[in-house]
Amino acid sequence: MKFDKASHSEHISTHFDAELEQIKSNLMAMGGLVEQQLADALAALASRDALLAERAQKSDNKINQMEITIDEECIRIIARRQPAASDLRLVVAISKANRDLERVGDETCRIARYATKMLREGVPSNTEVRHIGRHVSEMVRNSLTAFARYDTELAYQVAREDFNVDEEYKFAMRALVTDMMEEPRHVARNMNIIWILRSLERIGDHACNISDHLIYLVKGINVSHSSLEQIKETVRE
Amino acid sequence: MSPTRQPKISIKTTERCLQPLVLSQETIAVEIKELNLYYGDKQALNCINMSIPRHRVTAFIGPSGCGKSTLLRCFNRMNDLVDLCRVRGIISLEGKDIYDRKVDVAELRRRVGMVFQKPNPFPKSVYENVAYGLRIQGIRKKHVIDEAVEWALRSAALWDEVKDRLQESALGLSGGQQQRLVIARSIAVKPAVLLLDEPASALDPISTLKIEQLIHELKDRFTIVIVTHNMQQAARVSDYTAFMYMGDLIEFGSTDDLFTNPHKKQTEDYITGRYG
Repeated sequence: MKFDKASHSEHISTHFDAELEQIKSNLMAMGGLVEQQLADALAALASRDALLAERAQKSDNKINQMEITIDEECIRIIARRQPAASDLRLVVAISKANRDLERVGDETCRIARYATKMLREGVPSNTEVRHIGRHVSEMVRNSLTAFARYDTELAYQVAREDFNVDEEYKFAMRALVTDMMEEPRHVARNMNIIWILRSLERIGDHACNISDHLIYLVKGINVSHSSLEQIKETVRE
Repeated sequence: MSPTRQPKISIKTTERCLQPLVLSQETIAVEIKELNLYYGDKQALNCINMSIPRHRVTAFIGPSGCGKSTLLRCFNRMNDLVDLCRVRGIISLEGKDIYDRKVDVAELRRRVGMVFQKPNPFPKSVYENVAYGLRIQGIRKKHVIDEAVEWALRSAALWDEVKDRLQESALGLSGGQQQRLVIARSIAVKPAVLLLDEPASALDPISTLKIEQLIHELKDRFTIVIVTHNMQQAARVSDYTAFMYMGDLIEFGSTDDLFTNPHKKQTEDYITGRYG
């Protein structure tokens, strides 16, 4: 059965169409905020700009508020409309993506806090943070674009990218641990980097989850905990 | 492959003639093969193929006039009573064609009980309503009838409410109690299949929930087929759901699948409220 963006319109109740459209728009708006927050936190590290780090931390409140709003809207639709089939999958997918986006916001806020600390202490960032940060930002952007376009192929690309990010994360961690063993004076400095990398890796996982929710929405198949090969098969069948 | 990817049942369809749902882990109670039904020149059911699993609840949903009640009435040959109604095809109840000329229709209707939208108790006492079918069967021993009446009323979750008024008129019961009494009357003769045609559509929400709870309790002992316009009710009570439209069986699948990920666009449009 063909399934696209238009599939959630044309209910007999146009009010229901509007309600579903509203939660989709709100999720996209929240996604935009989270993307900007992540860009600010990474730019704060790269350009040593404390104001950007502060802005990233401040936007977390708004993101948290949006999470509550979307959550309440989803609960209201379930209670009042008892959605079924693709409508139900849409509400469930948005509810789950909402939670993942909020967690991306939390992790980004943590990165911004470490950025502030590192700037205060005069500790420089490193290339792994920049490199993984760029990858993860792209994953978040692509997962939101996939959600906006119901693009399962792009969602699969996000899942594939997560595999690469996990590999890069392991490599960077090994390098940092080796450095700390060789030079114990670097422990305090490297711990900041490790926490930032850990947050970036978690953000990648959340972007991957958002893509999984989109695949569930479009294909009706739960691909959480599936291998890349299984996801590819699901997306292309 | 992820554990959630394997469908529990496989569905093979053609454009016009839906093939039987493969119910690999189910025993089949009623088998319908290439069933066509006509009211005069008008065809009301088009080449229906399906299997009703034993001791499960199967729901028929679809817009008014789609043929779901017509199909339900085929299972105990109620359509024989309709002028100009012709049935072509095979319906087998536990392996035997119910449209065979040798079939005793009265016996068939004992084995396939039916409950209608509007409760229709006889203008007799509560006790006599339930005992009626047993007396028709020629059972005369009072203790046998007493036991059967109590069993049926208990099974219909009505015993506690009527045990002190068994000799009072059934017409004095509430609508919900009357509907459960009618169900008790149907199950007293131990049918194999229980057909429910919109059994709760005339009842208030609490009585409706009691009927739904009753359906859930009875399915261990009877095969239940329910026609309902209330899709949430179908989703709540049934194990399998069939969606019909204009005399065609569009989709038949497990209720879990049909209400979360239907395979046909027509089903999707109907259950999500896009049917104009």
